[in-house]
Amino acid sequence: MTRRMQCFMFIGIVALSLILLGCASTQKDILATRESQLKLRTIQSRAFDTNDHQRVLRVTIATLQDLGFVIDKANETLGTVSGTKRSGYTLRMTVSARPWGDNQVIVRSNAQYNLQTVEDPEPYQQFFFALSKALFLDAQQVE
Amino acid sequence: MHRYQSLTTLLVLPLFCLSIVACQPGIPKNALVLSPESLANRQLQTRIFETKDEKLLLSAGAAVLQDSGFQLDETEPRLGVIVASRDRDVLDAREVILSLCMALLCLPRSMAQKQKVLASLSTKPIDDKRIAARITFQHMVWNTDNQLIKNEGMNDPKIYEEFFAKLSKSIFLVAHEM
Repeated sequence: MTRRMQCFMFIGIVALSLILLGCASTQKDILATRESQLKLRTIQSRAFDTNDHQRVLRVTIATLQDLGFVIDKANETLGTVSGTKRSGYTLRMTVSARPWGDNQVIVRSNAQYNLQTVEDPEPYQQFFFALSKALFLDAQQVE
Repeated sequence: MHRYQSLTTLLVLPLFCLSIVACQPGIPKNALVLSPESLANRQLQTRIFETKDEKLLLSAGAAVLQDSGFQLDETEPRLGVIVASRDRDVLDAREVILSLCMALLCLPRSMAQKQKVLASLSTKPIDDKRIAARITFQHMVWNTDNQLIKNEGMNDPKIYEEFFAKLSKSIFLVAHEM
């Protein structure tokens, strides 16, 4: 194999690999995540012992602002709040709160860092720690 | 031996390229941790008003944002939230002249061209007589090459003092239907 052929083959393999990678990421797998659906829900959800669903939403807004977010959207009927933090990077977060039984509210949050979905448990633990401090309530793991 | 080495290179290098493409830095460690400055920022961004009329406070806030050229993107009075944004041209005449001079010296440079300012106003009743209003600002700035050069929160105290001074006046005007 001549040196020139080796060079062409190398460029060809790299180009083919990148084309295949590009094809895979545009239309396929738009609903795919690295973690399982159940595991993600567990990582992203906590239960709080309160029946005041509106207070949870208002404190969520205050907590997001404390963490440096600007609120993008809020809807009391659906119980959702979305915000974005810009600090050289872009971190988007949506938090939803829904009543669970008579005395609990389930809070679910999901974050996106730049173009990546955040699936690491630690940032969610940090968020719920800040939220539970502001609510004066313990965040309980949802099984 | 030489042939095996070439084949190994051919196989390993593309994998190395792909691993670089796949590796992106993750979320910063403290992105969702309350920073030591968060209390000071909260104080800067918050004022307490002696009123029990949350809708009046929100209407006055919306009017101040409109006075300042913002478009209202989202309102949810039941949660005390108003979201607004403003796009503006930030091209500076001195910067343009400087860039022209640099271009003449074959040293092209880009400069800030447009800015998007985002604001969220939230209100929260403290007791029967007082309501806290909090405003937060962030901005994004693009240069003449359309590259994002700033993407951050705004913490200049003057912006917040000016907003709350206008809000105090606006509450009076809205309350007196002016």
